[in-house]
Amino acid sequence: MPNNLRFKTSKIIDETYRVSFKFNNKTYFGFKGDTLASALLANGIHLVGRSFKYHRPRGIMTSGSEEPNAIIQLHDNSSRTEPNVRATEVEIYEGLVASSQNCWPSVNFDIGGINNLLSPILPAGFYYKTFMWPASFWEKYEYFIRKSAGLGKSPKVADPDIYEHKYIHCDVLVIGAGISGIMAAKMAAKNGFKTLLVDEKSYLGGSSIYDNSEFSKINNQITSSWLEKEINEISKLENLEIKTRTSVAAFHGYNFLLARENLTDHLPINQRENKVRQRLLKIRAKKVITATGSIERPLIFDNNDRPGIMLSSAIKRYIDLYGVACGENNILFTNNDTAYETAMSLIQRGIKINAIIDNREQIDSKISYEVEKNNIKIYKGYTVVETYGYRRINKISIMKLSKDGQTVIGDKTKLNCDCLGVSGGWTPAVHLFTQSGGKLKFREEDQVFIPNVYSSDQISIGSCNGDFGLEEIIKNTLFSIKKFLVIDNSEYKTVETISGLNQSKRNIWLLPSDKSLGKTKSFVDYQNDATAKDIKLALREGFRSIEHVKRYTTTGMGTDQGKLGNMHALGIISETAGTKMGEHGTTTFRPPYTPLTFGTIVGRNVGEFFDIFRRTPIHDWHVANNAEFENVGQWKRAWYYPKDNENMHQAVQRESKAARDSAGILDASTLGKIDIQGTDASEFLNRVYTNAWSKLAVGKCRYGLMLNEDGMVYDDGVTTRLGENHYIMTTTTGGAANVLGKLEDYLQTEWPELDVYLSSVTDHFATISVCGPNSKKIVSKVIPDLDLSDEKFPHMSFKNVKIDNIKCRVMRISFTGEHSYEINIQANFGKSVWEKCMEAGKDFNITPYGTETMHLLRAEKGFIIVGQDTDATLTPIDLQMDWIVSKKKYDFIGKRSLYRSDTIREDRKQLVGLLTENPEEVLEEGAQIVADIKKSPIEMLGHVTSSYYSPNLKKSIALGVVKGGKNMLGQKLIIPMENKNINVTVADPVFLDKEGERLNAKL
Amino acid sequence: MFLINCPFCGEREQSEFKAGGEAHIVRPKQPTELSDDEWAEYLFMRKNIKGIQFERWNHVHGCRKWFNMVRDTSNDQIKAVYKMGEKPPVK
Ligand SMILES: [Zn+2]
Repeated sequence: MPNNLRFKTSKIIDETYRVSFKFNNKTYFGFKGDTLASALLANGIHLVGRSFKYHRPRGIMTSGSEEPNAIIQLHDNSSRTEPNVRATEVEIYEGLVASSQNCWPSVNFDIGGINNLLSPILPAGFYYKTFMWPASFWEKYEYFIRKSAGLGKSPKVADPDIYEHKYIHCDVLVIGAGISGIMAAKMAAKNGFKTLLVDEKSYLGGSSIYDNSEFSKINNQITSSWLEKEINEISKLENLEIKTRTSVAAFHGYNFLLARENLTDHLPINQRENKVRQRLLKIRAKKVITATGSIERPLIFDNNDRPGIMLSSAIKRYIDLYGVACGENNILFTNNDTAYETAMSLIQRGIKINAIIDNREQIDSKISYEVEKNNIKIYKGYTVVETYGYRRINKISIMKLSKDGQTVIGDKTKLNCDCLGVSGGWTPAVHLFTQSGGKLKFREEDQVFIPNVYSSDQISIGSCNGDFGLEEIIKNTLFSIKKFLVIDNSEYKTVETISGLNQSKRNIWLLPSDKSLGKTKSFVDYQNDATAKDIKLALREGFRSIEHVKRYTTTGMGTDQGKLGNMHALGIISETAGTKMGEHGTTTFRPPYTPLTFGTIVGRNVGEFFDIFRRTPIHDWHVANNAEFENVGQWKRAWYYPKDNENMHQAVQRESKAARDSAGILDASTLGKIDIQGTDASEFLNRVYTNAWSKLAVGKCRYGLMLNEDGMVYDDGVTTRLGENHYIMTTTTGGAANVLGKLEDYLQTEWPELDVYLSSVTDHFATISVCGPNSKKIVSKVIPDLDLSDEKFPHMSFKNVKIDNIKCRVMRISFTGEHSYEINIQANFGKSVWEKCMEAGKDFNITPYGTETMHLLRAEKGFIIVGQDTDATLTPIDLQMDWIVSKKKYDFIGKRSLYRSDTIREDRKQLVGLLTENPEEVLEEGAQIVADIKKSPIEMLGHVTSSYYSPNLKKSIALGVVKGGKNMLGQKLIIPMENKNINVTVADPVFLDKEGERLNAKL
Repeated sequence: MFLINCPFCGEREQSEFKAGGEAHIVRPKQPTELSDDEWAEYLFMRKNIKGIQFERWNHVHGCRKWFNMVRDTSNDQIKAVYKMGEKPPVK
């Protein structure tokens, strides 16, 4: 590396530990403690990427998370590869591999750079204006736009790293470990508050930790030395937990915050094995102290984006903290005093400063006099009007500013430089404060937004609160924290400060140029290539709201959310529109503050934990017997059981035939079960179901249909009266939780006078359904004591019995139209009873069947499945289920809605059966149903809801909803498909055994 | 994310709760005697206020109890929680 750029430093660089890394396929060296940015700069590299739209060469601009330009791809071609990483935040380690993104074929020669030459025809909104018409062309444009505008590559294989989530509860959370954050954390912890201090950097102390100048002292010690002692003290406090490399991503209401703790990203890959990479901290704090500091503003002038143009504060951090000089011929360009601190840091190490360009006419501070004493030329009242150099700045032109700062006057002077540090003052980092719902106010004198109204128990301190001078920061921190925590002891006796800076500033949002605005490229948002010209164009085209201007010009819409340029955008808007700052509001800063990886967001919820599923007690048997599963709600249900290479169709045909010919067995454990008890249980059921329940005898079962108050079918199932005041209700598998919620709602809020108690018992019972002509013989073998005669145990009744001394409930109910039994047994005995039934059914070819066969069997009988044949727009009348709607009952949920003008329309969609002209042709579920295909546009009458080939009827059957279908029996309709039209006839939805002979057969 | 003070359990995370719409809408005692318009008023019409709103919440992953909440929808401040059947504590 060029030795002339690296200087001795004691802070975080370990000069005994050399680290090699690769950038764009070339090997470089840095030191342990370097960021990728500091290491590249030490190697003389500024150009690291290309801009998004114009593909202009871009360099490292900042030294922190606000970086808009130095966005790189980390890890090449591996499962860890990560796009859009800020080089300023990456700590280097041995073997690191990184590359530029958004350039092709290379960062030094990029074909997309042609966009820069075309830029006069690429104004704001160009993509919207050009590529959206005609709409059908978008697909063609998109390919090229994506190729030339891509920001990095996403990994193609699974992430090998481990992530996790952690909840933290604390009394006080301090965000940011700069000088005010350190003081606040000490005051909180020493006064008995359980405190958490977090900072996004790897070290504590913020920018004060390298404030080594004679011009900044606390209690007569150099600021950095004083702060080091403070840090030393707090690191021993028991009440205080400190987390570095931890960035708060989101500040939600009620002091709920999300933070990302980075645990292994700074380690060589081979040391990361089995370690958690990142942790998402979910923090609930009683009190929050925000001390997030401030971000230096750039200045907006023509060609202000060349590599080598950096924030002045970044130049200071690189030299003071990392011992890296960003250039050998530096010029600083400022409108305030902070650039003079950078100058002093450079002067102390003998690094050349060619000039300082200062917008101000009058400069009056100790530090500026000291800089002048070192024979550095200060151009007072000047501005930069142009910069030169393609891959790195090499020259600037400067001119004198007019008195009002709106134009430039006099002659142009050219100055050489290889690095230009800019300082436009400071913007408080209020992002988290506004995320939390806080309201800002605009402070005229130095043109900043500062926190005004807090939405929760929180406070902002230090420069994020608009306190910029050292004295102000310390004085106000002590005062506000004492008040905020209600403590008497501040832990600090007297704190005397000395500062060589004063706070004067000459704020000009858009610096004037000798060229017309149309000929300039003054970047406001570097990442998205939005210029001052674009913003003015948006205003000319009528945009006024900052939110609209932002979207039209894409200002602030990059991965950095415009941390550097948003204020200038607002400034330019208000100057151009002639309004006051603050009147346009600010754009909303949305979480996360800096991008999060998907890994961090999902934590451990990957693979089998992505969506936890529920298994029935008989699940293992299904697995052992080759079942295919389908997801129903969160349940894994056996779908079908293929035998000897059967496909699904063949398996289902075999299963459904066996169930009707001899015996089938189904695991129905997933059905929702709600235990209902209380003296008003019957009355309650009367109110929630459409049919009457008061007269149901103990020991009997009844099918019920439940509506929403709007009259639409909500759920269905069989409910059994177990005792005088005791029922067990079954619900659909997917609806169980919602039904319980709905019943609780009515019970607690509308009918609190009813004596009824509800309890979910879905998981308590295994439910085994045995059906078919031989079901009776099988059940009699499993439960020999039970009298199964029709007289003693008729259809729709229930018995308490014992199987091997285990109590169980047997219901004689049917969802297939066959003679069948449902055995409910304590869940942990489910599998053994299932196996008992299989054993007892061996001689009868008992056939396990899954949900697909169950659907087919019930469709043959025209039984609906709520959620498949219904979709919250169908009433029981639409379903041709008038028989279940009580005319006598005065009221039930949804009754009144059944005769609203809309629900009594004759032309509503109604459930019908559909038979295809060709009995072998099976319709597609979801297919549209029409009557006239010649009409244009074709009127859609409805759609197919269920469709199967029935092996028992030896033909295709389907259910569907059709407008006015009830009166269309026998009518011909058409199902138009991609390559053919299928003719169907409207039929009765009950296809098999309408008279119920199978159900009532004497067995 | 809110921290909700369930009247039965105390402070819990919002993720344990489910919002249930506007509070103090009483189901008509005799729905059959209402006109279509009157029934529609009960069934569909909700205020959705910007400001102080009375709403129903259910501690669905907790005690399963429904209760009422007074919330300022403009800043999400919860002003009060109270049990079903109780009078709103603020107006
Ligand atoms: Zn509760």
